[in-house]
Amino acid sequence: MSQDILKGKAFVLGKNIDTDQIIPAQHLVYSLNDPEERKFYGRYALSGTPSEESGLPQGNIPLVEDDAFESEFKIIVGGPNFGCGSSREHAPAALQIAGIQAIVSPSYARIFYRNSVDGGFVIPYESLEDLSKEVHTNDELEIHKNENVLKNITQNKTYKLKALGSVEDIVQAGGIFEYARKMGMVPKNEKVAS
Amino acid sequence: MSMTLTEKILAKHSGRSMVDPGETVWIDVDVLMTHDVCGPPTISIFHKEFGEEARVWDKDKLVIIPDHYIFTNDKYANRNVDILRAFAAEQTLPNYYDVGTDRYKGVCHVALPEEGYTRPGEVLFGTDSHTCTAGAFGQFATGIGNTDAAFIMGTGKLWVKVPETMRFEFEGDHLPPYIMAKDIILKVIGDIGVDGATYRTMEFAGPGIKALDIESRMTLTNMVIEAGGKNGVVEPDAKTEEYVNQRTEVSYELVHSDPDASYHSVYNYNLEEMVPMVAKPHSPDNKATAAELEGTPLTRAYIGSCTGGKLSDFKAAAEIIQGHDLAIDTFIVPATTEVAKGLSTEKINGQTLKEIFEGAGCKIGRASCAACLGGPEDTFGRLNGKEVCISTTNRNFPGRMGSKDSEVYLASPYTVAASAVTGKITDPRQFIN
Repeated sequence: MSQDILKGKAFVLGKNIDTDQIIPAQHLVYSLNDPEERKFYGRYALSGTPSEESGLPQGNIPLVEDDAFESEFKIIVGGPNFGCGSSREHAPAALQIAGIQAIVSPSYARIFYRNSVDGGFVIPYESLEDLSKEVHTNDELEIHKNENVLKNITQNKTYKLKALGSVEDIVQAGGIFEYARKMGMVPKNEKVAS
Repeated sequence: MSMTLTEKILAKHSGRSMVDPGETVWIDVDVLMTHDVCGPPTISIFHKEFGEEARVWDKDKLVIIPDHYIFTNDKYANRNVDILRAFAAEQTLPNYYDVGTDRYKGVCHVALPEEGYTRPGEVLFGTDSHTCTAGAFGQFATGIGNTDAAFIMGTGKLWVKVPETMRFEFEGDHLPPYIMAKDIILKVIGDIGVDGATYRTMEFAGPGIKALDIESRMTLTNMVIEAGGKNGVVEPDAKTEEYVNQRTEVSYELVHSDPDASYHSVYNYNLEEMVPMVAKPHSPDNKATAAELEGTPLTRAYIGSCTGGKLSDFKAAAEIIQGHDLAIDTFIVPATTEVAKGLSTEKINGQTLKEIFEGAGCKIGRASCAACLGGPEDTFGRLNGKEVCISTTNRNFPGRMGSKDSEVYLASPYTVAASAVTGKITDPRQFIN
């Protein structure tokens, strides 16, 4: 983790945001490696969310504008059970490709949480309460990583986040492979060692 | 020290005498499964991290079953199958089930048991959330992402947080004639909610579960992910052994929960009190009884998927459909090629299931995941507009079966078949005495 403070605009969603909403299944065909194809994951990130529930409280705000590949929003604030449904790693990857750096939710579905951490895509912070009712889309937010604190600059409010706990080392390393190399579980490959 | 079935498997696979819920352990993997949607990105991570010349950790333990986007003209989807084929050749993988060959199977969660890869006491990971289905065989089985799968491909290991176990205890010695396992799991998910089992094991036990056949048990464990469960398990018994022994010669160990193991919570049900259940749009926990929704208009019925596309599911549907015309478009998608063969051999009153479905005007597709998860626009049975569909599948999230404008009701094959006949949500008790 290079920066200690994540800053950016909030994008707010409700509860039980499933992975079909995050990246609808017909888009799972693009290569995540090819730089041109990969961009489409950004374009279609959260395109499966019903419009009225996209960008709360107002709704009808897309994460990514129609012809764009990246979002102006940096931090998602979601209701409980964020990322439920399928195991598609394309979901946290799509959010990262769209420009999302962190999610704040009171709870996550297990596989989405693991994928976010192990793939080093987005940091899934757990809040103590459901902030999707308090934060508004477009609010300016800051996540102070070392203090586990979320600041809503627009509303001048501060919220405590839960410590990352057992996955902190993997988040710090940047993913499961980086972590495993540090621990000597996986040999350093040439690219990484250089 | 007492442990649950899941704790015992995780202890053994982490080389320890015991584990406690909440702790993180690194475990050895017995089988890794992947398919055409998540296989290609997994393979690319594997090569990036372990090198272009890397070999998989144990080629007998890797199973690749393309099943998601098979019968489509989508060029990217077809390319994904090409990537799997090339990887299988590069690594000389014995357990690859290629499209367009006699080996092609269809839906991985039904194919895995058919081919003998689901064995009691083992650890199975798959790049698909419904990998939890295999818990029906008394093993630890759960879904993971591409990065985790690539990690296993190279090392044979993965970290897991030991889950707490919730126990669902069922009384009763048989299902009422109009009830299927789907009704049970929809009831349970409706009771505990879509995050009611997050990070936990759902253990199904008691005489009511022992009374269920293997395919019914698979329906239960298939949908634990719809309650957020990490895995679901049924204790193995003689039925499990009979099924597994017919399909593999690999030895395995039957693992049971200790009688005094500690549980996060215990829920009690009685099979005989179950009623036909439906999950309304757009969430699997949006429960109602079929009777409460009686008369809700529909435009389509769909019978298929890892949850509701097994031979016993089609037998149940055919029992109701036989001799009736259907009021709405009805799509039949056998989970695997083995199930598809069964449609032509299994008979009710002298007619094969296939004859019954064709006679009633059903559209029968080829073995695959098909429209359960929408997929490319030319996918068989996909909801491309404002359809209102009743389905034997496992998810009814917004847009899950295609268009965001469509609506999906989840129900048992009995309820779906009865509703296909009337064109409205119908309690199957109207057809079954």
